[in-house]
Amino acid sequence: MTMLDTPLTGRIEGPAGPAHSADHAHASPTPIGFWIYLMSDCIIFGCLFATYAVLGYGYAGGPAPHDLFEPGFVAWETALLLFSSITFGIAMLRAEAHDLKGTTLWLIVTGLLGLGFIAMEIYEFNHLIHIGAGPDRSAFLSSFFVLVGTHGLHVTGGLIWLVTLTIQLNWKGLTSANMQRLSTLSMFWHFLDLVWIGVFSFVYLVRLV
Amino acid sequence: MATEHVQPAEVWTPIFGRLTLDWIPYHEPILVGTFGAIVLGGLILLAILTKYRLWVPLWKDWITTIDHKKIGIMYMILGFIMFIRGFADALMMRAQQAMAAGGAEGYLPPHHFDQVFTAHGVIMIFFVAMAFVTGIMNYVMPAQIGARDVAFPFLNNFSFWMTVAGALLVNISLFVGEFARVGWLAFPPLSGSDFSTGPGVDYYLWSLQIAGVGTTLSGINLVATIFKMRAPGMKLFDMPVFTWTTLCTNVLIVAAFPVLTATLALLTLDRYLGTHFFTNDMGGNAMMYVNLIWIWGHPEVYILIIPIFGVFSEIVSTFSGKPLFGYKTMVWATACIMVLSFVVWLHHFFTMGSGANVNTFFGITTMIIAVPTGVKIFNWLFTMYKGRVRFEVPMLWTVGFLVTFTIGGMTGVLLAVPPVDFQLHNTLFLVAHFHNVIIGGVVFGVMAAVTFWWPKAFGFKLDDRWGKRSFWFWCIGFYFAFMPLYALGLMGVTRRMNAYMDSAWQIYFIVAAFGAGLIALGIASTFIGFFVSIKNRKALACGPDPWNGRTLEWAMQSPPAPYNFPQEVHVRGRDEWWRMKQEGFQWSEIYEPIHMPKNTATGVLIAAFALVLGFAMVWYIWWLAIVSFLACLAIGIAHTFNYNRDYWIPESDVAKHEQKGALA
Repeated sequence: MTMLDTPLTGRIEGPAGPAHSADHAHASPTPIGFWIYLMSDCIIFGCLFATYAVLGYGYAGGPAPHDLFEPGFVAWETALLLFSSITFGIAMLRAEAHDLKGTTLWLIVTGLLGLGFIAMEIYEFNHLIHIGAGPDRSAFLSSFFVLVGTHGLHVTGGLIWLVTLTIQLNWKGLTSANMQRLSTLSMFWHFLDLVWIGVFSFVYLVRLV
Repeated sequence: MATEHVQPAEVWTPIFGRLTLDWIPYHEPILVGTFGAIVLGGLILLAILTKYRLWVPLWKDWITTIDHKKIGIMYMILGFIMFIRGFADALMMRAQQAMAAGGAEGYLPPHHFDQVFTAHGVIMIFFVAMAFVTGIMNYVMPAQIGARDVAFPFLNNFSFWMTVAGALLVNISLFVGEFARVGWLAFPPLSGSDFSTGPGVDYYLWSLQIAGVGTTLSGINLVATIFKMRAPGMKLFDMPVFTWTTLCTNVLIVAAFPVLTATLALLTLDRYLGTHFFTNDMGGNAMMYVNLIWIWGHPEVYILIIPIFGVFSEIVSTFSGKPLFGYKTMVWATACIMVLSFVVWLHHFFTMGSGANVNTFFGITTMIIAVPTGVKIFNWLFTMYKGRVRFEVPMLWTVGFLVTFTIGGMTGVLLAVPPVDFQLHNTLFLVAHFHNVIIGGVVFGVMAAVTFWWPKAFGFKLDDRWGKRSFWFWCIGFYFAFMPLYALGLMGVTRRMNAYMDSAWQIYFIVAAFGAGLIALGIASTFIGFFVSIKNRKALACGPDPWNGRTLEWAMQSPPAPYNFPQEVHVRGRDEWWRMKQEGFQWSEIYEPIHMPKNTATGVLIAAFALVLGFAMVWYIWWLAIVSFLACLAIGIAHTFNYNRDYWIPESDVAKHEQKGALA
């Protein structure tokens, strides 16, 4: 899905994006700058994955993945997030077709799917804490909560960004500045999707097999 | 004088969190004196600002500026201010250890001494060395690639103010509460909530976290700048070596600083939420922290030294009047060091017990780094060979560096041998080694860079005599201060000791303290040099290219116009400015309007609330933390609603700037 952005971001030029010092001869540095940011964010997740790999078996006599994780629940969470990537892709296509209404509509759908994902995650966390499996129970649960929670915080940040940008789209229209912002958010959103696939596989799936 | 320290009782109130009057150290004369001096200095500064009506210019031209040159200068000012603080800590430690032998207690109680060595390390690395190298990269690199500014000018301003916010938080700990007593890397379980109860470690965590945001964003910014903002025609292998080293350094920043962010966040969670990442019980693993922190920490020392290698490359070729010997090998050596710096981290804890095979691997990778570094040393030497070497002040620092850094590098290779390290681990030999490379490398390099590029920034040279005095005091002072520590380390003296019984060691500590005194004179000479040069600026005034430079920054006026270059430069190869001079280059007098970004107050405002957020978190003042966090968020979002962020400098203004520059 991330491939969708590439031709688009490549074409955006000029002074209207967040970066302004560029002379007109220079293509906007925003796409590559944001890519580099995503890679650095990826390393944060890498550290948390590594921590989960090392400490994820430190149950300290407490519950293990088998006692806590429900595959069906996580599958629904995953489905929500994956579908939100598809809907974001549709929103991008609508934006490229200069269809502001369609873009807004699909962004709202994306936001609702993301919200559903976050709601499910909060429900899961709340449930775990209530049954005595909170982050302070064992190193396994500490690393679980922090890895999954960091991803959740990113999605929450993405939602705030999405709401802000939807307002700005309807305020200024599909200008080149807004198109650049939209494609940057799109990179962010797909990136979080990708990280979630890692979380789903290494945090839940592998530990349930 | 050394009294037993009593920790104030833990009380929590909704309004002030755990901050009580007992946390204000009004009973400690050293701190009250320092506080008085800072207040007095601050009042004098405020009076001067008010008298000369500088408030508005300060806000408009500096605090809200997005000009990479001004931000670079502000980084240097931050570095020098924090350098005074960090060096004061060093003098206190040297004095304490020179006194506290054979049962004497010295004048610093352990509780205070431990804060001093922690603050010294933290300040010198994060707020002095990092500020200096970031400042130099910010000022010089965009000019070397013929750009008007960095890729994201607003982000640059924001990064700087976040660094300042972190520095302020460390300094607030001096007068409100206490700083960490755990060493500069805060290893758990000592830094966990069981063994460090006060706000000290929390000050450490929040100040580094806030400053770290700035550093990471600045790294992203400078990498994007080099990739996207080069003048037309400049290929990667046409870039000046300093730009190459800037690229490698910032790639390291982008790859390594997120590890620090994650690691410190986990320790923070251990302390605030009771998680078990690095605790002794419930499945936690303290060695996980040590691994993670050094995965950041080793690249970090290369983040500091690699740009300095670039500085010396520029200086050596300029003052030898020759192109750099082995440009491509220099670039590849830098790239090799960049990659290798990620596969050596375990040499910081050979004694952890990873086993002979693991230790051997990391010992060998560490020794391999000496190869590309050796390539560099020989490249510099061969550049000087048969050149017309001018021994101006920057060149003195360079020669001092070549000798001193080589010695430090060799003791590093000694430490890379695991069996040797088992003897020397955690001794003063290690302390001597890393000061040997950081002072002999980074500090000498920064002093060289300041002398070299000062005329570019301000239009006049630095006073020669004071520059030479500074160099000789520093260089001789360094050897007096740190050679005794090598000897002490070989005798088995551990680092971070408040007092010791064996009075045979005392003479070495006294010599080291004498060396620190010489270094103090060197620092004083630097500041006197600044003062004298500013006073005599008319006599010291020089043109835009006082050293007969080779790279594009010397094509700008001194001091440069806001837009750097009146016209776009078309680059045809390495050392483009040298070629342009040979061809008798003149700027065209037909000017066009230039597109530039506008100043903004967003960066400084968000950073100010981040500082409040950090303070509130340290003291558990939850309401204030929530308010300041929401303020950061709101200001950030409001900023995105401003679509009008740039302007054009009309051609008449460009013409005016250029005429003024031609007269200077």
